[in-house]
Amino acid sequence: MTTLSPNAAPERSPRTAPGPTDTPEDPPVLAVHDVRISDGVTDREIVHGVSFTLTPGKAVGIVGESGSGKTLTCRAVLGILPPHFEVTAGSVEITGTDITTLTPAQWTALRGTTISAVFQDPASYLNPSVKVGAQIAEVLRVKKGLKRREARHRAVALLRAVHLRDPELVYGQYPYELSGGMLQRVLIAAAVAAEPRALIADEATTALDVTVQAEILDLLAELREESGLALVVVSHDLAVVAQLCDEVLVMRQGEVVEHGPTHAVLHDPRHAYTRLLVAEHEQYGPDKFLDPEEAS
Amino acid sequence: MTTAAPGAVGPLASPRPALEVTDLDVYYGRGRGRRQALSGVSLSVAPGETVGLIGETGSGKSTLARTVLGLVRAGAGSVRVAGEDVTGHGGRRWRALRRRGVVQYVFQDPLRSLDPDLTIEDSLTEPLLIQGTGRAEASARARALLDRVRLSEDLLERLPGELSGGQRQRVAVARALITGPELIILDEPVSALDSANRVQILEILKELRAGGVALLLISHDLGSVAGTADRVAVLYRGELVETGTARQVVGDPQHPYTRLLVGSAPTLRGASADRAEREALRALLHT
Repeated sequence: MTTLSPNAAPERSPRTAPGPTDTPEDPPVLAVHDVRISDGVTDREIVHGVSFTLTPGKAVGIVGESGSGKTLTCRAVLGILPPHFEVTAGSVEITGTDITTLTPAQWTALRGTTISAVFQDPASYLNPSVKVGAQIAEVLRVKKGLKRREARHRAVALLRAVHLRDPELVYGQYPYELSGGMLQRVLIAAAVAAEPRALIADEATTALDVTVQAEILDLLAELREESGLALVVVSHDLAVVAQLCDEVLVMRQGEVVEHGPTHAVLHDPRHAYTRLLVAEHEQYGPDKFLDPEEAS
Repeated sequence: MTTAAPGAVGPLASPRPALEVTDLDVYYGRGRGRRQALSGVSLSVAPGETVGLIGETGSGKSTLARTVLGLVRAGAGSVRVAGEDVTGHGGRRWRALRRRGVVQYVFQDPLRSLDPDLTIEDSLTEPLLIQGTGRAEASARARALLDRVRLSEDLLERLPGELSGGQRQRVAVARALITGPELIILDEPVSALDSANRVQILEILKELRAGGVALLLISHDLGSVAGTADRVAVLYRGELVETGTARQVVGDPQHPYTRLLVGSAPTLRGASADRAEREALRALLHT
């Protein structure tokens, strides 16, 4: 691994292996090493060093409020930083390739097939005047080289896999005909169409009702179990991340204030901000009414 | 300043509820396009009580709030606010009621309840000036309320746009309090706020309860209400499917929708119901 940063990240302690998929021999799908991001206009550093490693089938969560730098970190990983933001130090490697070496054509080849993403507002990532099925089929034709008929067939199968109740019907519907939860399923179907190895879900359930949020989180957990899809789950809600992830990073004002295995962060939070997040749930959330026996 | 009697006013001690909704039906549209938004809803909130109204998008929770505020007409049933039957009230009587400030409303987005061109002081004192209170007294009350919502007096001269989201929401709560209301309806008051500000608003709401104000706390999120509300009412497809203490509803939910709702709320222990259980409940609700 080529290190661009002068000093190795202080806390990259190895995590306890969460499952059989996380064997040490697996090369990381994504290795983020001390990434720093600056705003080129004001010349201010916005993200002050983020490091994490995503091995196949693993789920890493990033928690923080708006402005904490969690979305910028994701966008840096995907090579889609907004204009005049740039990675000023550190490195991002996707399946061992440093992304700074990628040409635009290589990026295009990588996105969707190796790393993919879904965001908060699914409607804005779909063309409003094209039927949703055709938009998934397009991904399959471009990324997988499928013929028209095969692509259609596979798109319907994907819509079924994300548990849309009537996939044939949904295939022929326009985005405005679907609810927010259904649109997010369509987006997830499109994102996993080319069988990526990692999916970044950035506030993907934030705008949804709680029961629909649970449906989407269940779907992500299922994709992870069944296809070994690695996840980066970004949320302002610690509990959302706790539900899906083995490892959590807590970000505040561009800084990673806490990083560790989920159970350690939840049960023994070190930083005052993490303690606040945990306390909020314990005091005001439904947690205190639930049977403690249920805790594993 | 508030209408609360001296000493604590517990739900049991109260002679009449601050809000009493009985067998409420509400319809939108007419003729063939008529759709029922609420069906047979009965709900009461006692002085000093906080009731959490939980429901998802389209469940009718905002319709209920709008009916209580006189913005939507009841199709059947009755609504009593502070003992007064408002069901048949026309515009004139509603305006009189609003001027008295007996019932107040706080939106999710405080920018919607605060005039962007008025200073915080003007926003806070306006309801009192309309009632005929003198400027000096109104101003003194504004200062006292800012203190109660833990904001500095320095903010009085600022415009809403110069405040953070959390500060604005606290100003909106202070403004709702200034007329000494018996009932405050808060629609998703903390949904747009980050953790620190959520905690602060929820703390303030707890203190209000001790002061005898009745609160109807509306949210899609059981998690942001369960720890604050004395009682929780679950609205599903226009009907109240379950009402009880937060402990009963969260700890021992009866209706399948409530079970799904509780099982879906992310907690720090991971999901409280497993995936298979949620899947079974979804199937049950969709048949």
